[in-house]
Amino acid sequence: MRGLVTGWTMTAMAGLVAAGVSFSAPAQAADDTIKVGVLHSLSGTMAISETTLKDTMLFLIEEQNKKGGLLGKKLEAVVVDPASDWPLFAEKARQLIEQDKVAAVFGCWTSSSRKSVLPVFEELNSLLFYPVQYEGEESQRNVFYTGAAPNQQAIPAVDYLMNEEGVQRWVLAGTDYVYPQTTNKILQAYLASKGVAAEDIMVNYTPFGHSDWQTIVSDIKKFGSAGKKTAVVSTINGDANVPFYKELGNQGIKAEDIPVVAFSVGEEELAGLDTTPLVGHLAAWNYFQSVDSQANAEFISAWKAYTKNDKRVTNDPMEAHVIGFNMWLKAVEKAGTTDPDAVIDAIVGVSVPNLSGGFSTMMPNHHITKPVLIGEIQADGQFETVWQTAGLVVGDEWSDYLEDSKNLIADWRAPMSCGNFNVATGKCGGKGGTTN
Amino acid sequence: MGFLRKVVAACLIVAATLHGAAADEADLRLLVAKFAAAKNFQATEAVVRELGATGDPAVEKLLTALSQGGLYVRKGDDAVFVGDETGQDVQLRDPLNGAPAGVAAKADLSKVKVNNALRRVIRDALGGLTLGSKDPAVRLAAADTMFRNPDPAAIAALDTAIAGEDVTSVKTRLEQARAAAVLLSDLGEADKMTAIDTLSARADQDALSQLTRFHTSAQGALRDAAGAAVALIHQRLALWQVAQNVWYGISLGSVLLLAAIGLAITFGVMGVINMAHGEMVMLGAYTTFVVQQAIRALAPNLFDWSLAVALPMAFLVAGAVGLAIERGIIRFLYGRPLETLLATWGVSLILQQAVRTIFGPTNQEVGTPPWMSGSLQLGQLAITWNRLCIVVFCLAVFALLLWVMKRTRWGLQMRAVTQNRRMAASMGIRTPWVDALTFALGSGIAGIAGVALSQIDNVSPNFGQGYIIDSFMVVVFGGVGNLWGTFVGAMSLGILNKFLEPYAGAVLGKIIVLVLIILFIQKRPRGLFALKGRAVEA
Repeated sequence: MRGLVTGWTMTAMAGLVAAGVSFSAPAQAADDTIKVGVLHSLSGTMAISETTLKDTMLFLIEEQNKKGGLLGKKLEAVVVDPASDWPLFAEKARQLIEQDKVAAVFGCWTSSSRKSVLPVFEELNSLLFYPVQYEGEESQRNVFYTGAAPNQQAIPAVDYLMNEEGVQRWVLAGTDYVYPQTTNKILQAYLASKGVAAEDIMVNYTPFGHSDWQTIVSDIKKFGSAGKKTAVVSTINGDANVPFYKELGNQGIKAEDIPVVAFSVGEEELAGLDTTPLVGHLAAWNYFQSVDSQANAEFISAWKAYTKNDKRVTNDPMEAHVIGFNMWLKAVEKAGTTDPDAVIDAIVGVSVPNLSGGFSTMMPNHHITKPVLIGEIQADGQFETVWQTAGLVVGDEWSDYLEDSKNLIADWRAPMSCGNFNVATGKCGGKGGTTN
Repeated sequence: MGFLRKVVAACLIVAATLHGAAADEADLRLLVAKFAAAKNFQATEAVVRELGATGDPAVEKLLTALSQGGLYVRKGDDAVFVGDETGQDVQLRDPLNGAPAGVAAKADLSKVKVNNALRRVIRDALGGLTLGSKDPAVRLAAADTMFRNPDPAAIAALDTAIAGEDVTSVKTRLEQARAAAVLLSDLGEADKMTAIDTLSARADQDALSQLTRFHTSAQGALRDAAGAAVALIHQRLALWQVAQNVWYGISLGSVLLLAAIGLAITFGVMGVINMAHGEMVMLGAYTTFVVQQAIRALAPNLFDWSLAVALPMAFLVAGAVGLAIERGIIRFLYGRPLETLLATWGVSLILQQAVRTIFGPTNQEVGTPPWMSGSLQLGQLAITWNRLCIVVFCLAVFALLLWVMKRTRWGLQMRAVTQNRRMAASMGIRTPWVDALTFALGSGIAGIAGVALSQIDNVSPNFGQGYIIDSFMVVVFGGVGNLWGTFVGAMSLGILNKFLEPYAGAVLGKIIVLVLIILFIQKRPRGLFALKGRAVEA
């Protein structure tokens, strides 16, 4: 069965290449180019989200080549399609590093796919830039996490609801897999530390692609009518969001009464949806397309020109790739080579402009600093920022609210060079281990 | 908030007694102009409060527009307008009297921003302002707003409104709003007892919420009365809960039936394991999308009928693709189920990737006609229109299919061919064509299922995958080769699922259903309604 998928994938790839996806000129000798791997699903369930990131990478590489490339060489994208198949991610990663000899890989979306490629990157000592918000509880030497850790998204969102909206009762609704489960575990611990009673928290999991939300939405409605202000914290992933929001709208749950704050719904997801009934529901991200900054305006117009589509939207994981790519460029220039060990040493402390008008810095734990924005959905499918953190938030890989990870820190600088250093015991190697 | 309530209540009393003491229009305009200077939510909120405090009905339209994000400030001269967006332009109207004020480009205007907190403030302000409206529906909405945010200071205004109200339904709501406010006030025990009775008679989720809140803070006899009322409402709601689960089950069952009904023909009647069935459903959904795009471009006023137009189109598109698959692939593979399975699975991948290449991997927006949005309240049961339409539609498709199979010549030939191919051929039936048309019919039905399902699910290339397993489950459970079996199978799976979901959760519920089906199939391998007789063994 796998063979068939791969077969079709290859056909699809051939089609993409034929359709004019811009690779650098084939006439150049291999030595004159630096290869960059792009590992995003172009088919299967995750294609809906990941295809845009592939386009983003091709766009960034083209822009960089216009500016003269890197270290005097042109950059060349090597695109593979892991087809939303987690084991295939590892296979394709191996192919990128061993056969294509790429200098760095930009890719993955789901935590499952990231976990699948981790051993490969460790074994072959290459670099992975991972652009999506995730559950934390991980820090690996070869991976750079440019998306948000829970403290850069989930916790500020809960703080906002608690302080600004006066929420006292919480529904934690998520898809049944590692990211929502870990995030909800952290949030439950956090809410408990803020004095929220257990009966004021309702946790609900649904399968991937769940489409019949009637019971759950009416349960939420019931839970919300206990006389206390209620909000839904949604870690519902991917396609399941659209029917969920439709059901909310149909059952008449308004944002003024029970707001939903989502961590996986961005401009791209809203593009397939009539957002009128959703106005006022919230999302927490580190970037919105509507952010008013010079850098963002330039990026959006360049992106629209590149895709030749005036309606193409931008979103948070795209910004993460922009930041990650620029950090890598800067680190390579600083190191003078694309050698992974040199880049890993050089990249910590590298600071590049983000699209919301400030700077993001790579920290020793391989996470970056970001502002946190809370936005409300508008009728035009964009977000209006209603709140943002005063400064930048440093990504915290090991949550302080979980019993087994609160003593852990990560620091990949010599001499510590450890992803799970236990400050209580003073030893490297606590929970999970480096290949977790 | 508390301050606002008092202000609103105060102006309510004024408004009610003086019958709309209209503030000086010039003063209002000065207030409205302040929106231009309001640079953040707090500032805008302050202006809204001032406007609400005037108690002038003229500000109602302006506040409604603001809460819907339709209030603009012209960048050139800071003038404030109510506007309707049309493409890149905005049609401007005067904020107070609604007189047309020309057109401006979107870029020359800045929208006054609103957030949830602001929307609540506006809603509360409007609740007070619209209590004296001429339209009973508006008064009803005002009463409901005041019920949800009860405020003792508004009791006097509510009393005036109740005295002047002649529509019974609105009067009841107003009395309930008053009762909710009384519970929070410092009125005597007798008043509060009456209020508890009023709320207990309402007996819905909202009343329960008010009573629960009161119950936690009350003492003595009041506490007991409130506790009894809460228990009573709980009991009532538990009964409604059962009715609700049955309805949700029927609604899920009809979705399963719609998805499976085409398969009941191709797999159930013809015995072809068609893995591309889900993609036929997807093609139907994409046809709906294309039809809607065309209608939006060519005849926007026909949009409400887009689904009706899409139905025959989807049937033809999916049917034609089905016909092509049967003629091109499946007819060479009859009697070789494993090869059929692999080949149709390959076809499903081709179709998915083809759609992905043509339309892109992201979701496509399929609009819902206005008559299919919102919900209908039946007692304590909220029935959403789109689900109701799907149930009705599904029953209609089922009846039609049953008629075709049982009452038409074509249906007779179909059954003859599937029961005994060689004898049917001897009787002069062109069996290859019957096969092709049967497969096309099954696919076409899947296509029209796609039209309906596009209303509740994402239209993306993966659309069909979510339904394929459920469809096979329904057909196998119901009994292969029997349409009634598919019907009963779909409904019982739907209802079982929805009764399990509240207790076991969606994930575990699904697992339990699967385990039950496996056990059932062990016991009765041919499903609920097994075909009997020689035909089965042939």
